[in-house]
Amino acid sequence: MDANQVARIRANASFRELERKRTAFSWTLCVLMLVIYYGFIFLVAFGKGYVATPVFGVVTLAFPLGLGVIVIAIVLTGVYVLRANGEFDALTRKVVSDFENQGVVR
Amino acid sequence: MKRFLGFGTTLAAILATAGAYAAGALEGPIEKQAVNYTAISMFIAFVLLTLGITYWAASRTKTASDFYTAGGGITGFQNGVAIAGDYMSAASFLGISALVYTNGYDGLIYSIGFLVGWPIIMFLMAERLRNLGKFTFADVVSYRLGVTPMRTLAATGTLVTVAFYLIAQMVGAGQLIQLLFGLPYIYAVIIVGVLMILYVTFGGMLATTWVQIIKAILLLSGATFMAAMVLRATGWSVFTLFSRAVEVHPKHQAIMSPGTFVGNPINTISLGLALMFGTAGLPHILMRFFTVGNALEARKSVFWATTFIGYFYILTFIIGFGAIVLVSTNPAYLDGTALKGGLNMAAIHLAHAVGGDVFFGFICAVAFATILAVVSGLTLSGASAVSHDLYASVFRRGRVDEKQEIRASKIATVALGVLAILLGILFEKQNIAFMVGLAFAVAASANFPVLLLSMYWKGLTTRGAATGGWLGLIAAVTLTVLSPAIWVRVLGNAAPIFPYDAPALFSMPLAFLGCWLVSKMDNSAEATRDAASFDAQYVRSQTGIGAESASAH
Repeated sequence: MDANQVARIRANASFRELERKRTAFSWTLCVLMLVIYYGFIFLVAFGKGYVATPVFGVVTLAFPLGLGVIVIAIVLTGVYVLRANGEFDALTRKVVSDFENQGVVR
Repeated sequence: MKRFLGFGTTLAAILATAGAYAAGALEGPIEKQAVNYTAISMFIAFVLLTLGITYWAASRTKTASDFYTAGGGITGFQNGVAIAGDYMSAASFLGISALVYTNGYDGLIYSIGFLVGWPIIMFLMAERLRNLGKFTFADVVSYRLGVTPMRTLAATGTLVTVAFYLIAQMVGAGQLIQLLFGLPYIYAVIIVGVLMILYVTFGGMLATTWVQIIKAILLLSGATFMAAMVLRATGWSVFTLFSRAVEVHPKHQAIMSPGTFVGNPINTISLGLALMFGTAGLPHILMRFFTVGNALEARKSVFWATTFIGYFYILTFIIGFGAIVLVSTNPAYLDGTALKGGLNMAAIHLAHAVGGDVFFGFICAVAFATILAVVSGLTLSGASAVSHDLYASVFRRGRVDEKQEIRASKIATVALGVLAILLGILFEKQNIAFMVGLAFAVAASANFPVLLLSMYWKGLTTRGAATGGWLGLIAAVTLTVLSPAIWVRVLGNAAPIFPYDAPALFSMPLAFLGCWLVSKMDNSAEATRDAASFDAQYVRSQTGIGAESASAH
């Protein structure tokens, strides 16, 4: 790819859509994960008394919170894969096919 | 014996600083146990199977691409299982279940730290890595930046991370073999060293991947069986399990909520940073993204890896509580009130309690196989840094043919294997509790900032990246040396110069600051060239146009 071809891909409507959607989505999920994890850490570090509240027999609030972080981590990666493998890859294929005829793409 | 295994012991060291950890059974010399023939024969079966796979893989490992990345022909699911295998070390199995056994809930906080790096890898790194790289993560950081300084930095970051990780694994293997098989320390170190050299030199990434997959399946099935048997013993009710644990544990209800682990919040946050972003900078993990065919498979790999690792940590939590209920109450597994053989034996004794001699032998064999698989992945990554980054790109400036490069990588593998054996022997009696923590800190402070910025920030220049990367590397190592983990517990000084065991909270921002400041001040012609090639890199990272594709076999 020379500079001219790169500029043309960057100006392509599908490419811009892909770039905009994926950037927004991946950073949102990333920030969400950071907030959830550090929220959890701050809670267990500074709110020990609070998370020690029993919710069911001997089981404390700390249990659903900890388990929740694990489940959310798995679910968020799953959500990303679903959208990326569908919508984002369809956009990527569109960009590639737009330029395939022009010899930009092998 | 507290130095026994990386992850658990790093934590043990942290708890020790908090003054809350009764050093107890894992301290001091290890007693060699009676020779365990069941475990040894099961381990031999594993070795024969994996050597068979290596023989098969050797016939398919001809090109450099085969050697480093299995020709890019691994599927997303297979790679996900292999990544989980890379990550679930014997230390995380025995160490985390031991931590749950002693402190209850704290073990879960610790394991969550190891999991949350995976979503970050998914959202920010996996696809771009796959689209930009070829064999090592150095390919990505040197894509538009200066080849010599970037490859030198990345290879150094790789080798430092791999070395600390390897030492922890080799010493762990030596300790385990005395405890589980009743064989001398040095046998383990030599067996592990020789087998990993065989796997990697002959079978390359293909054999390493399959060894990892088999071990991951064995470990996950073993742990699943143990957790299920624990639940069966408590009438299939986790609530019964927890109530009984609270009854019999000396700390009673305190095991059901956060305790000493978060005693020092700054250290906890710093450790959290190292675990989260260090995962995204571990060279042997990053390398696994080049073994799949495209970005789609790379994403699937992370999803499966996250799922299996998360599942595994939930199992270790149940296993730890199961050990409280079934092991701590059974005099057959105790010396007085302490566990026979040390604290890290909690899961091993539980295996015997729920599955008898044969299952006990199986879990012992799996624990040892786990170390073997992890060191193979580490060695392949270290050897690639030597042959692909240092020898082919820096030393020979790319003027090297594929045969020479493969030969260099095999020589590097043998050299690293011999070095690992020597280090394992050298560190036998040393306190190595800090090693895995240091590996994660270096990965988070040197590899991760440079890799992230090179992909995301157009303004990053070669000088900026080199300054930030070296600063992070040196800061992580220096601060660890000055911390309680080394300054007090290894060197025997009275007070630490740096108060926290985990340096990432300081060394990682320092690396980012170095990258940013020097890049901003960099007016060289090279800086202009670095920025000019960003757009082409950006388009390729987004679309995969021009990316390395899987080689046809």
